[in-house]
Amino acid sequence: MLTDFPVTGKKATRDGFGDGLLAVGEQHSNVVALCADLIGSLKMNAFIKAFPDRFIQTGIAEANMMGIAAGLATAGKIPYTGTFANFSTGRVYDQIRQSIAYSDKNVKICASHAGLTLGEDGATHQILEDIGLMKMLPGMTVINPCDYNQTKAATIAIAEHHGPVYLRFGRPSWPIVIPESMPFVIGKGILMQEGTDVTIIATGHLVAYAMEAVQKLKEQGISAELINIHTIKPLDEEIILDSVSKTRCVVTAEEHQCNGGLGDSVAQLLARKNPTHQEYVAVNDSFGESGTPEQLLLKYGLGPDDVIAAVKEVMKRKGL
Amino acid sequence: MPTNEELNKIASQVRRDIVRMVHQCQSGHPGGSLGCTDFMVALYFHALHHNLPFSMEGKGEDLFFLSNGHISPVWYSVLSRSGYFPISEMATFRKINSRLQGHPTTHEGLPGIRVASGSLGQGMSVAIGAAFAKRMDKDASLVYVLTGDGELDEGQVWEAMMSASHHKIDNLIVTVDWNGQQIDGATKDVMSLGDLEAKWKSFGWMVLHMNGNKMSEVVDTLAQAKALTGKGQPIVILMKTDMGYGVDFMMGSHHWHGVAPNDEQKDKALAQLEETLGLLLRHRA
Repeated sequence: MLTDFPVTGKKATRDGFGDGLLAVGEQHSNVVALCADLIGSLKMNAFIKAFPDRFIQTGIAEANMMGIAAGLATAGKIPYTGTFANFSTGRVYDQIRQSIAYSDKNVKICASHAGLTLGEDGATHQILEDIGLMKMLPGMTVINPCDYNQTKAATIAIAEHHGPVYLRFGRPSWPIVIPESMPFVIGKGILMQEGTDVTIIATGHLVAYAMEAVQKLKEQGISAELINIHTIKPLDEEIILDSVSKTRCVVTAEEHQCNGGLGDSVAQLLARKNPTHQEYVAVNDSFGESGTPEQLLLKYGLGPDDVIAAVKEVMKRKGL
Repeated sequence: MPTNEELNKIASQVRRDIVRMVHQCQSGHPGGSLGCTDFMVALYFHALHHNLPFSMEGKGEDLFFLSNGHISPVWYSVLSRSGYFPISEMATFRKINSRLQGHPTTHEGLPGIRVASGSLGQGMSVAIGAAFAKRMDKDASLVYVLTGDGELDEGQVWEAMMSASHHKIDNLIVTVDWNGQQIDGATKDVMSLGDLEAKWKSFGWMVLHMNGNKMSEVVDTLAQAKALTGKGQPIVILMKTDMGYGVDFMMGSHHWHGVAPNDEQKDKALAQLEETLGLLLRHRA
């Protein structure tokens, strides 16, 4: 693994959310939490035990939960809503759009079980469109951290940011690569590995796979630069433009549809400021299915070898 | 505190404002606005304890949320005539660069508005959130919300109803504008509401009734509702109104839900509504 970012353990990003929620609850008396009947899945128990009067169980009624959160925010609270990513976005898009985003409400929409790595429950629950849905909303900040430590730090950091935030994380136990002490700065990407031949820009769970790919590419004599983009909106344009001006080709990697995800944000930036050859590692206009997280990521073309194949393809095009 | 007679005079002026606003831009929703005028006047000039200058958080004051945002003309009129923004600004309703958007919004910074509404069914949830915050902050003031009857078709309303009684939200007074009309026709034909009182009761609410176009009854029922707060149950007032009330040719039909009067109709409507400008309209509870 990368020397500056060794794997230090394994834990789910949703655990990072649960531990971060408790910590941010201790720091800010205005933080309140809501959940639509998924307390255990969202790891919200510790917060609820510590602050029973600052928690609202809404039942399986996500639309109502988003409205209640907007009302709490109106009165100066900092509400954190918790449910699966599917029910945090697609199911309640209009509620978020009108009562939260358009109404400038300081609501933190915290979404677990995003993407294919939800696993065995299958496509009904595996939302792969949520980043696109959320980033299209004016004023919405979209964050997709890569591991336990980054999710915990992000959960705490978003309380200091005034405005609606979509915080996306997942279900499976996943390698921890970000140091516990690393501060989370919204909108600032992290240069995880310097390289000269290609830029790999990864978000969420795919950061760990991209790290594996970088290591294997190194063994094959290819020098890849790796950027961890945890904040998809606002995008850290500087770190991306600096990197591609050096490498002149880019691969984006994410657990999301090609359409509307990180790759599209990068492509939009590059098309305007520095047109660059790009390959996507993302789900190609398809729903998921049941399986283990690892099986699904490999089947849908999101594995470390898929990142390597994309690197080789884009480098070939660069050389033409 | 204004008398019922004074409130009626204010209501007449507010109805004139509604007709003029909708006429000048040839767009908007006069029917429900006219029907809810007496309620909105009684609320803003009598029942609601509210403060100026406007504060978004509204700590220590009563809050009002308009869920059926399309009746924005009546809200804009009572807000402006109770001092939230200049009366002259009503002339910008639905025009480019205006703070008086077609449906209410916080986005343009219009004082008095705390959340956008228009996409139906969301206001009661937001009001419950605000009521929760007051409970957490040990703030004894109340939260009011107005919803349409056609709006009850939306599922989110029933989620909100269930959660308010479950959580014993007893600092909340919901009013339903029960005019029996929605865009496509009578509610009984579009989507029947059935036994509305039984439905709210079975969801755990205290239910009051009133004629929303009789000022004395509106004032008294709002006082009665206020007296019932703090008893562990949310309160709903089923308010019978006539869509278009106050303008004879707009009454009793869904036709004027979202249609603007032409020049002749505007003059005909204004001729039926006493001009009461000059009356002291600003009232602070």
